[in-house]
Amino acid sequence: MSQSKGAVVNHVHRDDLGAKLGMWVFLFTEVLLFGGMFLVYAVYRFQFPDLFKLAALELNTGLGTFNTIVLLTSSLTMVLAIVAIQKNKKNLSLFYLAATIGFALVFMVVKYFEWSAKFSHGIYPGSEELLNRQNGEILFFGLYFVMTGLHAFHVIIGVIIIAFLMVFVYKNKIVHDNYVKLENGGLYWHLVDLIWIFLFPLFYLIH
Amino acid sequence: MEHGNTEHKTHSHGYGIYVLVWLALIALTSITVTVAGVDFGKLALPIALFIAAVKSALVINYFMHIKFEEPIFKVFLLLSGMTLLVIFILTFFDVFYR
Repeated sequence: MSQSKGAVVNHVHRDDLGAKLGMWVFLFTEVLLFGGMFLVYAVYRFQFPDLFKLAALELNTGLGTFNTIVLLTSSLTMVLAIVAIQKNKKNLSLFYLAATIGFALVFMVVKYFEWSAKFSHGIYPGSEELLNRQNGEILFFGLYFVMTGLHAFHVIIGVIIIAFLMVFVYKNKIVHDNYVKLENGGLYWHLVDLIWIFLFPLFYLIH
Repeated sequence: MEHGNTEHKTHSHGYGIYVLVWLALIALTSITVTVAGVDFGKLALPIALFIAAVKSALVINYFMHIKFEEPIFKVFLLLSGMTLLVIFILTFFDVFYR
């Protein structure tokens, strides 16, 4: 960096389009990761349609619906945080980001209670209770724990990313004319929402 | 293009459009939950997946901003979607006609 400090601002290389394209490439690898699991789900649901239905009855549709609404709302607050920063309203943007984290935590707390209820009924991967059931049910719960587990892991990562974004906004590293970091963080968060949009009907809404 | 900068084209929408999209997503969620309670037999899964696809389209187009991005993003998305579709179709041919 031989440039003088004052001149740096005008000469910093910026490629927002490239940054976003890179993010989309990453999102595609995520889609392939989950896509592979959805493929396994599809094949086994085709093989064991009745047992999948039977096992799905044990999931709490009410909690699943509640969590769907929570996650959709968190996607809204995420996108509103970007609109706020575009309008140069820093505090409002911080508020929306905090709300997004809040909704994510609500999602995780509900997940915790859902999983705890399953564990207390002796249903967890490899449990005696589960292994005594028929193959279709074992597969359903195996897929349920792996897919919603991996999704919940993404929610936790998303919370960490959004926390960093809040720091960037607070320190004016993300400002009204340079907010591609916020957009990319948002893209990640919406992908987490997108995956849940498919997980929800496939696990909770089979009757 | 001396510095090769491609900065933001600001497509600043108000807050309103996003709230509308959110309302549509909530409405679709209640529809899919209600429909799941009705016995549609073999049609239940296609209906649930169709509603999920509509919800995804709303999230991708508005929340993920694809509707307002350069064409290259749409090409990207199409290419990814087609790749996934091909993987699914080829696997289904193998599994269903085994």
